Amino acid sequence: MSTSIKSGESPVRSEHDIVLARQQVRRLAQELQFSLVDQTKMVTAASELARNALIYGRGGTMHWTVLDSADGRRGLRLKFADEGPGIPNMELAMTDGWTSGNGLGMGLTGTKRLVNEFEIDSAVGAGTRVTITRWK
Amino acid sequence: MEKIPILRMGEFLLVTIQIDMHDQLALKLQDDLSSTICRNASKGVLIDISSLEMVDSFIGRMVADISGMGRILGAETVLVGMQPAVAITLVELGLSLPGVATALNVERGMALLRQKIDAGGANVDQH
Repeated sequence: MSTSIKSGESPVRSEHDIVLARQQVRRLAQELQFSLVDQTKMVTAASELARNALIYGRGGTMHWTVLDSADGRRGLRLKFADEGPGIPNMELAMTDGWTSGNGLGMGLTGTKRLVNEFEIDSAVGAGTRVTITRWK
Repeated sequence: MEKIPILRMGEFLLVTIQIDMHDQLALKLQDDLSSTICRNASKGVLIDISSLEMVDSFIGRMVADISGMGRILGAETVLVGMQPAVAITLVELGLSLPGVATALNVERGMALLRQKIDAGGANVDQH
């Protein structure tokens, strides 16, 4: 079990919000004293998911939580939630190289490789929620 | 309107990206660069990303597009100064930027550009 130390949220409604989300995640990762590589991975993952929420989910919210694990480790959890059309075929969406838009198909699978924990919950008409966690 | 400056140095163009770009700004740079290459008949483009703390798939794609577009317009592109943490992240993300020439710093990038242009020139002469 992990406990929340602090949390907050920022909107993902415009391209500028993607930049702000990146900066917010950078600040949190620095506060947690993540290594530079880990900071960069988390910021990049956030950028990918924020863009997904904006482009495919027609905008949404990034919820962030600083966590304390039972074994005393600190972590950062980000949840991107949108009320978009949802993902009809999850297996396909999680295939490397696949994209429904004009992306490179690196979005979801690539992002998963950048974090320690990755969870996705989506249904047609019910939006998409992607939660990622990186531990220090 | 924000704009990323494109410096002209003889037959080369030098672009130094120093800010965290939003997507439209990245697309605008792509447009500006292609028109600048055409206007000046530039032979080479050097993109310095040493100040960038993050390159995601969107920026990665923009760089790959600039490189491909430049080649069609007769200009070689070299990407220089990528921070190690950015390189590690990009590869893990699955983006190894195929077809994009890279160099450690501006100096080496310039040398690589020269080399590429000289090699290209030799090929043309043969025909």
